[in-house]
Amino acid sequence: MNPTAFSEQMRRAWAVAKKDIRIYYFKGPVLIFGIFMPVFLFLAFLMGSRQLPLAFLVSGLVGMALFFTATAVSPAIFPWEGQAKTLERLASCPITVEAIIFGDMIASTLFGIGITLITVLIGLGLGLSLLHAITLLGGIVLAACCFSAIGMLLAVPPTNVPSNIMMLSSLIKFPLVFISGIFIPLQQMPPWGLALAVCSPLTYFTDIVRYSFTGASYFPIPGDIAALGVFTALFTAGTMYLHKRTMPKRM
Amino acid sequence: MPDAIDVTNLTKIFGTTIAVDHISFSVREGEIFGFLGPNGAGKTTTTRMLTGVIPPNEGTARVLGYDIRKSPVLAKQGFGVVPETSNAYTDLTAWQNLMLMGELYGLPRSRSVDRASELLRALGLLERKDQKVQAYSKGMKQRLILVMALLHEPSLLFLDEPTSGLDVQSTQMILALLRDLNLQGTTIFLTTHNMEEANRLCHRVGIIRAGKIAAIDAPEKLKTALDRVHTIEVSYDREVPGDALSRLEGVTSANRTGDKWQITTENRDTVIRSLVDFGRQHGAAIVTLNTIAPSLDDAFLRLTQEEAL
Ligand SMILES: Nc1ncnc2c1ncn2[C@@H]1O[C@H](COP(=O)(O)OP(=O)(O)O)[C@@H](O)[C@H]1O
Ligand SMILES: [Mg+2]
Repeated sequence: MNPTAFSEQMRRAWAVAKKDIRIYYFKGPVLIFGIFMPVFLFLAFLMGSRQLPLAFLVSGLVGMALFFTATAVSPAIFPWEGQAKTLERLASCPITVEAIIFGDMIASTLFGIGITLITVLIGLGLGLSLLHAITLLGGIVLAACCFSAIGMLLAVPPTNVPSNIMMLSSLIKFPLVFISGIFIPLQQMPPWGLALAVCSPLTYFTDIVRYSFTGASYFPIPGDIAALGVFTALFTAGTMYLHKRTMPKRM
Repeated sequence: MPDAIDVTNLTKIFGTTIAVDHISFSVREGEIFGFLGPNGAGKTTTTRMLTGVIPPNEGTARVLGYDIRKSPVLAKQGFGVVPETSNAYTDLTAWQNLMLMGELYGLPRSRSVDRASELLRALGLLERKDQKVQAYSKGMKQRLILVMALLHEPSLLFLDEPTSGLDVQSTQMILALLRDLNLQGTTIFLTTHNMEEANRLCHRVGIIRAGKIAAIDAPEKLKTALDRVHTIEVSYDREVPGDALSRLEGVTSANRTGDKWQITTENRDTVIRSLVDFGRQHGAAIVTLNTIAPSLDDAFLRLTQEEAL
């Protein structure tokens, strides 16, 4: 066995992911937050704007659910582990920083996908029909990877105080939801709004979800997928590069 | 034989504090090396640099033949670490912690299971293996950390004050295990501020003070080489004048404790001869005459204080 081989490091990343899921995701409060938060946002939204079609609303719900769940826990994992000194344990194990990050990303990707599938079921339960299941599934998987990379990017500031990082990440996450065509259809946005929307990966995912439920999208679907792919690659590379630099500052 | 650890000019600066100041030393394969120093001397900082947790500002460390900065994964694969503060995952059970370690070191599952059971049994934790680590006492946690560090059968083991603050039972168990491991060939790097522990366990001891290495040698040699001032204990069968005693040739000081006199000197031989003559002159017979072996404590105190003056 060569411990530096890519396949070996991937196996170790998977060990990190399993640990994360066990410790951080299978906790009552996290699960409840993950499921209820998007549902409540959605209900508030439903009350406020009855004139919008249900398919539009459910697509927004699915978009928010994936975005919030995939970024919910990962920013706090390093601060938690820094405080508990378990990060020092990982740092002295034969695993690269990249593999640790990748493991954390796998965990939040799986958690995001799981919760989001529940919201899709809610949509189907409300009487929507799913026109493009494969596109939706592919979109969810790709966007989950992208959002988990965003979650890890939010974890870059090397603090060991979880509440600080949670505050900071909320400050970034909530505005992103507002510019992503979840509450206002892209068609009705002013040009400056649209200019902001194209900068948010959530826009493209929501567009894919709408297409899956209604058959109509604002951007061409290959464009949405390409944009998500580029964001994923950029964010993943960025988060690995930055974490490699800041990791020693956490110890 | 190649050295297990080879350190050159290793330096760590935190802000304006130089925690570790250009230290160089090596640890031979198969030895128990004690890294001894008072609190804040830089032991933990050195250990963290050697185990690849923090990068040094300057200098290099080769661990098991690999540069810890350039080939961290290969170096880490070969050693185990018991850090200063306990760091098992408290939300997991002991068993889950060990299986995680097995996966992080790339062990096949069956090997992890066998090793974990064997080590947990040896350290008296097997019945508690499915309990969350949260519920463990400090001593149990420390024993578990040791099991976690040993799971992959490392050829080199780092321990940062492994017995500090532990109960006697856990301490004895850990020290006995370290001795056994060493007999089977494991190299051990142990930091401690407990001189007795270093004295009993280590083949060689490096003494660190304020980030610098003050001395490296076998504990016995450190004791004798450093002890320039000897203590001799003497008692006579009748009263003798103390001031005359302290004026004898070679005597630095003479203090009475009970019926004995504690005499310090830089020349044992001269003083013993003088004491014999002194008794003869005063018609007093010698009841006891002891030369007191220097302790590593004394050597340590002298080394860590002398130069600070
Ligand atoms: N992370 C850190 N940040 C700032 N100073 C530190 C840090 N770690 C250690 N120090 C300082 O470095 C010195 C050496 O500390 P340490 O290596 O923990 O000593 P020891 O383990 O011998 O007690 C101390 O003065 C300590 O305050
Ligand atoms: Mg220390």
